[in-house]
Amino acid sequence: MSITTSTTEQLADEFDSPARLLTAEGVRVRHEILDEHVADLDLQQLADLYTDMVLVRRFDTEAFSLTRQGELALWPPLLGQEAAQVGSARALEDRDWSFGSYREHALPILRGVDIDRWLKVWKTTSNTAWDPHEHNIGLNQIIIGAQTLHAVGYAMGAQFKQDDSCSIAYFGDGATTEGDVSEAMVFASTYNAPVVFFCQNNGYAISEPTSVQAKHVLARRASGFDIPAYRVDGNDILAVLAATRLAMHRARTGHGPSFIEAVTYRMGPHTTTDDPSRYRENDEVESWKERDPLLRVERFLESEGFNVEQLRADAKTNADALAKQLRAGAIAIQPDPAEQMFDNVYSSPHARIERQRAEYKAFAASYEKAAS
Amino acid sequence: MSAAQTETMAMGKAINAALADSLEEDPSIILSGEDIGQLGGVFRVTDGLQDRFGKDRVLDSPLAESAIVGTAVGMTYAGLRPVVEIQFDGFIYPAFDQIVAQVAKLQYRTGGLHRMPITIRVPFGGHIGSVEHHSESPEAYFAHTAGLRVVTASSSQEAYSTLRAAIKSDDPVLFFEPKAKYWSKGEVDRTVVRDLETAAVLQSGRDVTLATYGPTVELAMGAAAAAADEGIEIEVIDLRSISPLDVDTVAASVRRTGRLVVAHESQAECGIGSELITSICETAFTSLEAAPERVTGYDIPYPPAAWEGEFLPGVDRLLDAVDRTLGRKNSRDFMRGGAAA
Repeated sequence: MSITTSTTEQLADEFDSPARLLTAEGVRVRHEILDEHVADLDLQQLADLYTDMVLVRRFDTEAFSLTRQGELALWPPLLGQEAAQVGSARALEDRDWSFGSYREHALPILRGVDIDRWLKVWKTTSNTAWDPHEHNIGLNQIIIGAQTLHAVGYAMGAQFKQDDSCSIAYFGDGATTEGDVSEAMVFASTYNAPVVFFCQNNGYAISEPTSVQAKHVLARRASGFDIPAYRVDGNDILAVLAATRLAMHRARTGHGPSFIEAVTYRMGPHTTTDDPSRYRENDEVESWKERDPLLRVERFLESEGFNVEQLRADAKTNADALAKQLRAGAIAIQPDPAEQMFDNVYSSPHARIERQRAEYKAFAASYEKAAS
Repeated sequence: MSAAQTETMAMGKAINAALADSLEEDPSIILSGEDIGQLGGVFRVTDGLQDRFGKDRVLDSPLAESAIVGTAVGMTYAGLRPVVEIQFDGFIYPAFDQIVAQVAKLQYRTGGLHRMPITIRVPFGGHIGSVEHHSESPEAYFAHTAGLRVVTASSSQEAYSTLRAAIKSDDPVLFFEPKAKYWSKGEVDRTVVRDLETAAVLQSGRDVTLATYGPTVELAMGAAAAAADEGIEIEVIDLRSISPLDVDTVAASVRRTGRLVVAHESQAECGIGSELITSICETAFTSLEAAPERVTGYDIPYPPAAWEGEFLPGVDRLLDAVDRTLGRKNSRDFMRGGAAA
């Protein structure tokens, strides 16, 4: 397998326009390097990926609505990034670990985390979205870029234990300027760690366009660390899947880290509290609607004679069921007794915290008694 | 088990032995830090460990403190128990975010579903006559952070046994090593087991309680010996654990002595002394016969080392504070215009 990393010329060619296998119009185009990594994919498998994206989008929009309706405290929508997240997630083996940021909703959905438990985080009744060891997913990170070091550390550990699992670090365009991300790439490079840096360049870090973070394409950062990089159309699930499979293959076969820049677009606000009209034009948002990650798969399948009508209907049925479950779960969440806030700070009971727990309980009891 | 044998070791050697015995005992332990491999560390504390345990267990890391700690966090997900070294106290701040926002909080964030068995070794303190950033005592920053354990040691034995306990703990532990004591020799019995939260009464006395930790313990013992010549009995407590503080042991002592002096190299403001004195006021106020006193570094940046002897607590400043609690003539008498009567 040839990998375009060895020369600057190749990088420059590759980066001028993101690599693409499926155009916005739904036309399958050839790509010298990526094609072989999706050669096994038949139409039904592509349809399954489409169904995944529908599911993820429905989940995301439902959570967004629930937040606007006051049922959740906050939600960072992934709308527009379904191909980037689903395509990369489907390139992983179950034993591979993922370390992502707060917007990475697809992998937890696809790996079947307990939604009711997860949503507690977004209703602020818990910090624990899932059991990391049950799903091989580190808890989504809020500190920008911090998780990239955890992904590299995991990969170093896996390499040390020779257990054949790899890791993927998800982060955004804004994170690429954090020191931790550069440090993560240094460690990954010098230890040849089996890790994939998956950067979703969705155009904005809250309000700041990517041009504030870099004067060059982000994928070019990786060459400074001698890490091979791919820049793909992040709204093209085939290209994302192929590039991530390639990168995971490199990691698993001892070739070390890779960097993928998936060029996509955050269709929604940063979070439910954000107002994008203050920093970007509606025309720009409209122009990305035509590049929708789901639409192009529909168009392609249609052109191949696939029954898209049926696919759409089936996917919607699945997605609606998930949304219903999500809504019921979110509304039902009640805070646990506040005394639990003292739990799990340390691995065993801690004298100072236990004293404060006792003081808190006494205070609460006295207050209740006085009130009754 | 055969009778315990003791060996004479400098503190640096005792730490080396604790690391070696841990590496020997548990294959999931891995060491990472700047210059700890080939060189054996800038203080030679890790000397020989890479030769003995291999380059994949004793990593000469790139120069990036945040990454040294951050990758250690990732290693715990792979089932490893990393022991990392921050080369000097004043170099720890680039790792502050990973320590405070990740290492300290991950057990809480995961509701106890993931443990954080990371030990962060930090040479700290002054008395080595070095340049800026090489003599600081940043322990209070970390004691202020829930989820971390912060410990130190005052002798070879304490260093060996406490580091062994730190590495065995499922909690993250910052182990502050008094670098000025690296070459001080003491007896080490490798079978001695320590916990990570109790203080030790090193010397009993009925007049004043003097509580301190790390590099200042030896000075406190010196002060106690000097005071004894004047018929004053100082009870010396080695706090050992900075977080949590063993308030019970100090309070029990203060109930006997009625007087408390707390000493450390780091500054006074929001320091360990502030916390301990407040805790004693809360728990043993009626036993106090005098206001508790602090002897600390002054509230200035660590000064040029030519002045560190004046900046750091010394035996005379400890005794001066003892005199204050006893109402004896002391340096403060010189603050109110003119010499004392």
